[in-house]
Amino acid sequence: MPYVTGEETTARTQAAGRPENVVRKSLITSMLDSDIWHSFKRSKITILAAIVTFLIFFGALFAPLIAPQNPFDPANLSLIDSLIPPVWEEGGDARFLLGTDDQGRGILSTLLYGSRISLAVGFASVIFAAILGISLGLLAGYVGGRTDAVIMRIADIQLTFPAILIALLIDGSLRGALGGINREQSAFYVLVFSIGLSFWVQYARTVRSSTLVEKNKEYVQAARLIGLHPIKIMVRHVLPNVMGPVLVIATINLALAIITEATLSFLGVGIPPTQPSLGTMIRIGNDFLFSGEWWITMFPGVMLAILVLAVNLLGDWLRDALNPRLR
Amino acid sequence: MPRCSGGACHFSMLAFVIQRLFQSALVMLIVALIAFVMFTFIGDPVDQMVGLETTLEEREQLREQLGLKDPVPIQFINYIGRAIQGDFGISYQFKRPVATMIGERLPATLELSMVSALFALIAGIPMGVYTALKRDSFISKIFLTVSLVGISLPTFLIGILLIFVFAVQLQWLPSFGRGQTVDLGWWTTGLLTSSGIKALIMPAITLGLFQMTLIMRLVRSEMLEVLRTDYIKFARARGLRDRAIHFGHALKNTLVPVITITGLQLGAIIAFAIITETVFSWPGMGLLFLQAVQDVDIPIMSAYLLMIAFLFVVINLIVDLLYVFVDPRIRITGGET
Repeated sequence: MPYVTGEETTARTQAAGRPENVVRKSLITSMLDSDIWHSFKRSKITILAAIVTFLIFFGALFAPLIAPQNPFDPANLSLIDSLIPPVWEEGGDARFLLGTDDQGRGILSTLLYGSRISLAVGFASVIFAAILGISLGLLAGYVGGRTDAVIMRIADIQLTFPAILIALLIDGSLRGALGGINREQSAFYVLVFSIGLSFWVQYARTVRSSTLVEKNKEYVQAARLIGLHPIKIMVRHVLPNVMGPVLVIATINLALAIITEATLSFLGVGIPPTQPSLGTMIRIGNDFLFSGEWWITMFPGVMLAILVLAVNLLGDWLRDALNPRLR
Repeated sequence: MPRCSGGACHFSMLAFVIQRLFQSALVMLIVALIAFVMFTFIGDPVDQMVGLETTLEEREQLREQLGLKDPVPIQFINYIGRAIQGDFGISYQFKRPVATMIGERLPATLELSMVSALFALIAGIPMGVYTALKRDSFISKIFLTVSLVGISLPTFLIGILLIFVFAVQLQWLPSFGRGQTVDLGWWTTGLLTSSGIKALIMPAITLGLFQMTLIMRLVRSEMLEVLRTDYIKFARARGLRDRAIHFGHALKNTLVPVITITGLQLGAIIAFAIITETVFSWPGMGLLFLQAVQDVDIPIMSAYLLMIAFLFVVINLIVDLLYVFVDPRIRITGGET
């Protein structure tokens, strides 16, 4: 369900001439316009979370413009600048506000660039998982029978294993199959594939169960009666009505995907250290924790924690706002 | 809702148990297939086992010996046969039998997991009950905030934070290893020495924190849900005391999902031990598995997969069966909705 403002929705409602559309749009209108927006305005912590999330997204998106240096360009780096503490500590350097790591990369710049990679992997894998899960869920729910049984059995089996374990296994197998070629370039896709494949089940189950409810409603029967193609019914008619919960899952899964990426990178099987993500930075810094260079680990750690917390808060609020029983 | 009685009930129970056993076997077979595909098709086992100077003839001979020239279905059956006997092949990296290596590491992981699960239950249930009964109290809000942080923070970050505070700054607890262990012949334990227990504290908290918050939130939301129901209202109307209502009626009815989740989480704990063991260099199976993933040591990976799958399937089976005994409604529908 796209997030639409009041004016847009009204315009769309007016533009949509057919009665079936009016009914559907006005449902969306009433949900978005009244309840969700007002509960958003009521909750201060949600507004704070939204602002923080926006700031981090903004910083990540415009990292090349904001960051003091480009930490991914070896030409900019000098080993003389390595392991400089943050500005306020003794020995700090004004060029590097938050200090540098072992290769002379400024932590602040690496943070901005790193959260870019973390967010990119997070979004890409959520989208991948959502598309896969929604398609399979629609198919299972709408077609039913043997298709349903096979898809849901696979989902059941996968659900018994924690996502991180599946991601690790897929990651290891993929890297084994690729044989170490192009490790730097393939790392991103390997991660997206591994994380995406380990998160599709939740979408499939949710979409399937709502599809089961929707498919017996009159509008679907009507669409079937006028002879629409099943795929068209699924995508055009059923899908919009089962998207509400999907949005909640996607928001919460974004936080999970970011955590998973960070974890895999921390474990040394994710993004390589040449272009570190937040997790890779924490891994690099972990080796220096005991020799007193705490800033290499702590800043990316705090950044990761804040990002995940903010996204989780947004997800929590969205879930409560969409669940009328909790109000 | 009709209730089953006498013979019919036993029959449906038996059918349910058989159905579940059959499903478990199917899951194991599918996982074994995946493990086998990994084992056979990713990388060439022969290349991994011989040196560079081995001649082509010797390689072919080895291939023959290993049964790599048999038809694939026969290879699969042989693979399952060997796995049942506990033979998971030789590690590419360490050139030692995988089963032995996992056996050596099993006690460390199980000990860590059990202590973590215990910690999660003992801390999680009371916190959940408290936050449900005293929804608006200050302490409840603190619990809930902490639990949100606990869910939000990745496991490894919590571990690093603990190490930074208690090992680097305060130097109270060791940051790596199991401490001194006692060898019982078939089991090595760190629970009998003080250095072993000290070494266990931080990893156990790191590993159990997520489950603790999960259990707490689950107990809380289930309690809130139950406290809203008519039979609780009725119990109140009958003039029962709060204590009797909360613990006799409400908590009892929240325990079904708690049992399920805790049981299922036991598997998750063992899997998440991979991360905790890496952070604390805990010499368990998880660390072994992670090194295997890093080095693409397929025999260890596939053996670990099979073992974890077996563990999960057994846990799931037990939870499902327990569920039937605890919640009579499931007996009628056969557990599938």
